[in-house]
Amino acid sequence: MKLARLIEYLISKRSVLAVLLLVSMAALVLVDIILPPAYTRFTWDAIGGFAAFFGFAACAALIFFSRFLGEKLLYRDEDYYDDHE
Amino acid sequence: MITSDWLHPSLVLIAGTLVLPLLKGRAMQAWMVLLPLAVLGTLWMAQPGEHGQMAFLGMELVTGRVDELAMVFGWVFGTVLLIGAIYALHVNDRVQHVAAFLYGASALGVVFAGDLITLYVFWELMVITSVWLIWRRKTEVSFNAGFRYLVIHAVGGVVLLAGIILFQFETGTTRFEQIDVDGPAFWLILAAFMINAAVPPLHAWLTDAYPEATVTGAVFLSALTTKTAVYTLIRGYPGTEMLVWMGAAMTLYGVTFAMLSNDIRRLLAYHIVSQVGYMVTGVGLGTALALSGSASHAFTHILYKALLFMGAGAVIHMTGRSRLSELGGLYRYMPWTFVLYLIGGVSISAFPLFSGYVSKTMIVEAAAIDQRAVIWLMLVVASAGTFLSTTLKLPYKTWLGGDSGLQPREAPWNMLLAMGIAAALCFLIGIFPGMLYALLPGAVDFNAYTMSVFLKEMQVLLFTGLAFCLLLKYVGGGPKISLDVDWLYRRGGPRLVGAVGSAIITTDRAIRRTTLEHLARLTAHVEKKHGRDGKLAKSWPIGSMALWTAIVLAMLLTFGVYRG
Repeated sequence: MKLARLIEYLISKRSVLAVLLLVSMAALVLVDIILPPAYTRFTWDAIGGFAAFFGFAACAALIFFSRFLGEKLLYRDEDYYDDHE
Repeated sequence: MITSDWLHPSLVLIAGTLVLPLLKGRAMQAWMVLLPLAVLGTLWMAQPGEHGQMAFLGMELVTGRVDELAMVFGWVFGTVLLIGAIYALHVNDRVQHVAAFLYGASALGVVFAGDLITLYVFWELMVITSVWLIWRRKTEVSFNAGFRYLVIHAVGGVVLLAGIILFQFETGTTRFEQIDVDGPAFWLILAAFMINAAVPPLHAWLTDAYPEATVTGAVFLSALTTKTAVYTLIRGYPGTEMLVWMGAAMTLYGVTFAMLSNDIRRLLAYHIVSQVGYMVTGVGLGTALALSGSASHAFTHILYKALLFMGAGAVIHMTGRSRLSELGGLYRYMPWTFVLYLIGGVSISAFPLFSGYVSKTMIVEAAAIDQRAVIWLMLVVASAGTFLSTTLKLPYKTWLGGDSGLQPREAPWNMLLAMGIAAALCFLIGIFPGMLYALLPGAVDFNAYTMSVFLKEMQVLLFTGLAFCLLLKYVGGGPKISLDVDWLYRRGGPRLVGAVGSAIITTDRAIRRTTLEHLARLTAHVEKKHGRDGKLAKSWPIGSMALWTAIVLAMLLTFGVYRG
């Protein structure tokens, strides 16, 4: 199947793709820092690259918070509800 | 319901569905595609205004109110019925097909209802038709989940009916416009709408039941119930402050619990909660831009969520497995499903050029214009979380990641075609948002493709991706389930009943025991006094009898004399 081979090819080139992606991410932040903000509705609108920082922090927070919540409180074995129903 | 210029789309669908059980094979399949097309045609001909008035118990019912808001939902319901029907073409279970079409007809009935009585009838019809899409999985788990779904919605229906009756008493009308009464009617109707919109803590029916539905039924479920509720909220409760906060909390609740899900469709179900949260926030904000945002987000959401459920469903259909911990490495065998799923993923994550971008940013922008800093930040965290679990974690663990050893075939052509249509629509709306905006009530003063919106969105998304790659080994998961509010009625309720029951039994036993002890003591006492050997039963000598008689006589005399 051709599509599978294309995906295979992309996966084999993943380091190149990663570099390209990182460069474009750096470019995004740079542009955001250089361009004057379109709005100053919130204080952080004036900080270039705030969205990048916030996105990263939000993702990290969700990963750790959800795991904490699961392991300390909510995770149960898969047959937890079985004996009752 | 029929006049020369009005044909109710629900009526077309119901009438057509009655024919369906008579057909077989190719004829049935053709009919399944023709029916939604007929519905779309009926919508095309619908004239704005009010149609299908009927008198019922002295109330005037309006079964067909056609305005722009109703039509937005009508169009997308018709479209998703077509997509869902194509996706289900290979299924040889007429009960499911009939249930799906009647469910679609009921959802359309709610959307075009001009009064609350008509709305209520279709609201309840939605419940009893949709539950079959869960039950027809034909497992014990799905039967039980379907029953819980039915019970919760039955309660919701009663709440709605109570609200409507009070509303009628207070206002003297049952017309469905903005609900502007104070008191219980306002809250009861709102609560019923919120149950169907899956606002936590009233959401567990959804995340409990949708993952247990049939592969094809879940597509209809994901599209219709919650979005009719969003429609009723937009119509009935715009600008309700409470909804701003509940909606934003919903977005975070959904993304957090999605991270805990191991079942792929449960993960996606939590993202329905999260995405509907954006719409509920928009309803709460209540500005023209926010309401346009909610309506258009409902539209785009139905299409990309159907696409995601179809992708996940195709995996379940081909592999028989639904747990992330048992999947992996499928891209070699199901590459088309993978790519089409990813289009749904980038759409829900609101990547530029895809549909979610042109609708979600509108709600976020409306929050910014309203100067709601905390709400804005909450919505952005939810954006990161959406991308994280639907487009990074799920596809990574299903199609890439470790090899599960599974070698399924690619999904059948009809499934791929349905997914292809949905993907094409996601892409089209993303590129030409004007087509979607033109359907909305009122002009839309918003352009998603500005430098400012683009930069913010792309930074959030790409750096979320970076965090995922760096923290991959900390991403939780594994063969576990996570508790949610449904624990209260699956375990908490039975336990409470059990505890109360055993408390009653122990108290009852204690009471019986002490009563018996007291009785025994009393018997012993009586036995002692009055028994054969008791004091009062002894035989007395005659002398003492004479003495006692003399004493009694003396007392009588004494008292008798003095009284005289």
